[in-house]
Amino acid sequence: MSDFDWKRISKHGDKIALAVLLLINVLITPNFLQLQTLFVNISQVATIAIVAVGMTLVIATAGIDLSVGAVMAVAGALAPLIFLSDFAQANPALGLTLSIVVPILVALACGLFNGLLVAYLGVQPIIATLIFFISGRGIAQVLTNGNLQTFNHPGFSYLGTGKILGLPFQGWLVVVIAIVFWYVVNRTMFGRRILAVGGNENAARLTGTPVRKVKTGVYVISAGLSGIAGLIVVAINSASDAARIGNLMELDAIAAAVVGGTLLSGGRAPIFGAILGAVIIQLVKYTLLANGVADEVALIAKAAIIVLAVYVQQGRKE
Amino acid sequence: MQPLLRMQGINKSFAGVAALTSAELEIAPGEVHAVIGQNGAGKSTLIKILTGVYRKDSGDIEFEGNPLNAQSPREAQDAGIATIYQELSLVPLRSVTENVIMGYEPRNKLGLVDWKAAHTRSREILAGFGITIDVTQPLGSYSTAIQQLTAIARAVSLNARLVIMDEPTSSLDDREVETLFGVVRALKDKGVSVIYISHFLDELFHICDRATIMRDGQTVAVREIAESTKLSLIADMLGRDPEEIAAAGMTDLGGGVRETGELLLEAKDLKTDRNLRDVSVSVHKGEIVGLGGLLGSGRTEAARAIFAMDKLRNGFVRTTARPNGFSDPADAIRSGIGFLTEDRKAEGIVPEMTVRENMTLALLPKLIKNGAIDRERETEIVEKFVKALGIKLASIEQPIRELSGGNQQKVLLARWLALEPDLLILDEPTRGVDVGAKFEIQSIIREYVEKGVGVLLISSEFEELVEGADRIVVLQEGTSVTELQNPGITEESLIGAIAQSHDGATA
Amino acid sequence: MLDTNAFDLRKYLQGNGQSVGVWIALVVVVLFGAMRYDNFTGAYNISSFLNYNSMFIAIALGMCFVIMTGGIDLSVGSVVAFTSVCVAYLSPYGIQVALPGGILAGMAIGSINAFFVIKMRIPPFIATLATMLGAKGGALVIAGRQTISVDWTSNFTKFGMENVGGLLPWSIISVAILAVGLWIVLERTSIGRTVEAIGGGEDATRMMGLPVDRAKAFVYILSGGCAGLAGVILASGFGAGQPLEGVGWELSAIASVVVGGTLLTGGMGSVPATVAGALLLGLVFNILNFENGRGVISISAYWQMVVRGMFLFVVILLQARVSRATKKQGV
Repeated sequence: MSDFDWKRISKHGDKIALAVLLLINVLITPNFLQLQTLFVNISQVATIAIVAVGMTLVIATAGIDLSVGAVMAVAGALAPLIFLSDFAQANPALGLTLSIVVPILVALACGLFNGLLVAYLGVQPIIATLIFFISGRGIAQVLTNGNLQTFNHPGFSYLGTGKILGLPFQGWLVVVIAIVFWYVVNRTMFGRRILAVGGNENAARLTGTPVRKVKTGVYVISAGLSGIAGLIVVAINSASDAARIGNLMELDAIAAAVVGGTLLSGGRAPIFGAILGAVIIQLVKYTLLANGVADEVALIAKAAIIVLAVYVQQGRKE
Repeated sequence: MQPLLRMQGINKSFAGVAALTSAELEIAPGEVHAVIGQNGAGKSTLIKILTGVYRKDSGDIEFEGNPLNAQSPREAQDAGIATIYQELSLVPLRSVTENVIMGYEPRNKLGLVDWKAAHTRSREILAGFGITIDVTQPLGSYSTAIQQLTAIARAVSLNARLVIMDEPTSSLDDREVETLFGVVRALKDKGVSVIYISHFLDELFHICDRATIMRDGQTVAVREIAESTKLSLIADMLGRDPEEIAAAGMTDLGGGVRETGELLLEAKDLKTDRNLRDVSVSVHKGEIVGLGGLLGSGRTEAARAIFAMDKLRNGFVRTTARPNGFSDPADAIRSGIGFLTEDRKAEGIVPEMTVRENMTLALLPKLIKNGAIDRERETEIVEKFVKALGIKLASIEQPIRELSGGNQQKVLLARWLALEPDLLILDEPTRGVDVGAKFEIQSIIREYVEKGVGVLLISSEFEELVEGADRIVVLQEGTSVTELQNPGITEESLIGAIAQSHDGATA
Repeated sequence: MLDTNAFDLRKYLQGNGQSVGVWIALVVVVLFGAMRYDNFTGAYNISSFLNYNSMFIAIALGMCFVIMTGGIDLSVGSVVAFTSVCVAYLSPYGIQVALPGGILAGMAIGSINAFFVIKMRIPPFIATLATMLGAKGGALVIAGRQTISVDWTSNFTKFGMENVGGLLPWSIISVAILAVGLWIVLERTSIGRTVEAIGGGEDATRMMGLPVDRAKAFVYILSGGCAGLAGVILASGFGAGQPLEGVGWELSAIASVVVGGTLLTGGMGSVPATVAGALLLGLVFNILNFENGRGVISISAYWQMVVRGMFLFVVILLQARVSRATKKQGV
């Protein structure tokens, strides 16, 4: 009987954790129940959530993408370079479009690189994505020469500061992305095949699934979403610092996906779970920060959450 | 004489399913003892209990007169029981010496491994078996036989009193087999006992003294090899009367040639890297062609080759639509072929997915409407098959892992039936399912065959083949040796053909 | 089964070829540098090169053992930072206290990795990713977010700054001793044999009765200890405990190990070739610095990370080509 209860608790662990977190915050965090708090959290959770959606798809194929933070940095470094260029100053509308489209295309190319390494060369996902994990950020810094790029560009900043119906733009973007990918996972052949590849690669191949294409696809998506997240971070800050954009994002994203119920062994892609996971990760960070706990202690807390979440998951499997 | 090993009343069950029911095994000192049985008879479970990989539920094990209850392979090894595994558990990248003495290295005064002494020692050990090779070379640079002999040498150097060999000859050529037999005889001369597990029955007559035959988790017979024939051993394994088999084997096989439909698929001279040497088979519309043979005869490998899972080294597969065969499984599926795998868990089900998702996995490309899966049609199809096949479940949205084996198998069968295939390759379609489900699955297959589907049926159950197939292609060691025609096939005649062809090939 | 063995053999030969290759590459790069730059073979360049790269050799050695078991340790960079801070506090007591102290601190984090991987059965990359985060946080916490200056009056900084015979820094000597020790461990002790056997097949190794869990614990604690040594070198060589250092070092370590011919899937590796791999990677940077100095090319420090990535990429391509070639054989 107690065993049964435990299973049930661990199944809804994410929701319980969220409730507990909210309760703690209401009780101890000053000014928690303010609209401003909500905005701050939405704008910060958005990037984690967007990247976590891509990470969820990758993990669903039993892979991992460590390069998300670095890809964010590449995209985030590129955007200001483009819209601050002379050409973009001369053609504002085209410049703005290009500053959004080009970084995302570059991000997709990074994803393609990862995907080809994993799917066609058979490199383990950890190693394959480790290449960009480090060199991606280096590329971003080379692009900007390591300089902090500050700017005042209302059009671009809308990505990070705009509001629709009173709520931050990127909050809506998360909702749209989540719905789109929920649809992809649950309603399209590609989504079904992602789950099949992660759930049982042999069975997938035997039923005619193009395993390599599916694997490549998820890395491309993950990188594309990371690119979007990179743009948002830059837009929020009205500044681009290649050394900091998306730093340690891979951990947040993996944690969000795992807390949300994604199995590291593959075969499951709970998109809304990942969003919930991202909210929990963000709330933990916020709770610690708002209560005067130092950043670095928050790092340790995050490490503990990851280990705990994976451990609980392992237990659930057995 | 007191036996070296005595296992009595061994019971073991996995998740409530009995794998062994009071199984027994007795080995005399210096004896080469075969353990044989069909797949799932309990051989490997029994051995794994002996070597400490599994724990027995109950029963007694006595080794050299003392009770033995190995909790780990290491304990079994220390007690004097060494296992040479099917998959070599050696490190091919390191030298022969290292492999011989790993874990028991001679040390010098500093407590470090003394390689000079180690090389000398391993050279001596190998010389004891008449093998003289450069022991400083990496093990992987020698043939599989030498590697296996090294594993045996390692075991003996650890003062093993009992050496267990699991399918030792499965990848050896004839000359290497002879070398191995020499080593087995040398072991016997040294007074070391050997448990010999093999599905090549002919080998037993060369080197074994006695055989323990297992069936359905029980020990059914212990035979003196000198007093047995292959036929009698097979009869024991299958639980049949040897005289009936022998009698049937001598009767005229094959009745009148049946009228068959158009040719669906022709495979000729198939050879792959997976122990498939030379197999030819063809399937016509509305016909069930059986692939008969013992375990390891190349039945599954032939199916894999046809379905383009393994690369052909020789021969061809062709259909009317695809004169050059298939490029990959997806291509085979597109041209109307389904392949129900024998390994439901490893290659069949996607455990986390629902019944609905599992059933339509191969059908997906045909379910796309406006870029998305047509869920209505999907559900409709799934429900139709759930009903038609009598699949018992709470909901089609249930994860497939929650279903019983028989119902999982029906879902997988439906996966292929839903494609409306021309040809179905069914590899052990009724393995591991209960009697009721088995009967149902068989009648579903028959129903589809009557509609014109061609079936290539692989089964370890001779009854299923004999009653189900119109023709049976008999395989033996990766080669198709003969073909039997129904009506007129009896189980005994099939077994006779399988045993007969063995006689001809090995000697 | 025949195929499997042939496959392993090819891997072996290729791996051997590659470690021969790394030595040749090393010689070529040294000759190139010696002929092209005046100061390349100067005592200053040699000693500072060895001093700096001793840290990378140390973590590469630990990583080599972890990778041989089929695992990975992503925490080494953070552990270097963490221990550099720890030993900065220990520096007043002298190197005789700080050196073992730093190594122990690294081993402590290595034990946490071992606990996560072996007892909690968390996949190595997740476990070590978490400790990477934790160690980084820990370093910042105890350092109070700043670099911690070491005690210059004790003998602590000699370890990272003084050269024996004007050429060999103490740091490289300590790492050389470590390398020889580990070489002996790998080639001459049963724990070393077990480590390689695990990578060849964990279940098979267990079946052979070898102590798998003990060997796995050994490699993670060893890797932590090696990172600890690197932390001591960092603090004594730069005169400060640096909580923000070590970012991306794990990649350098992995690249060095891989270029040394160790298979990323585990099972075989070589201590000398790993050292050679780390030296080669260091030399590439050394040469780039010289080129920069000559004004032929102008590349910023940021290129370092890009070059590391490309280095790893090339090595992976080499390894992948081999495994693909063998796949074509139909394994």
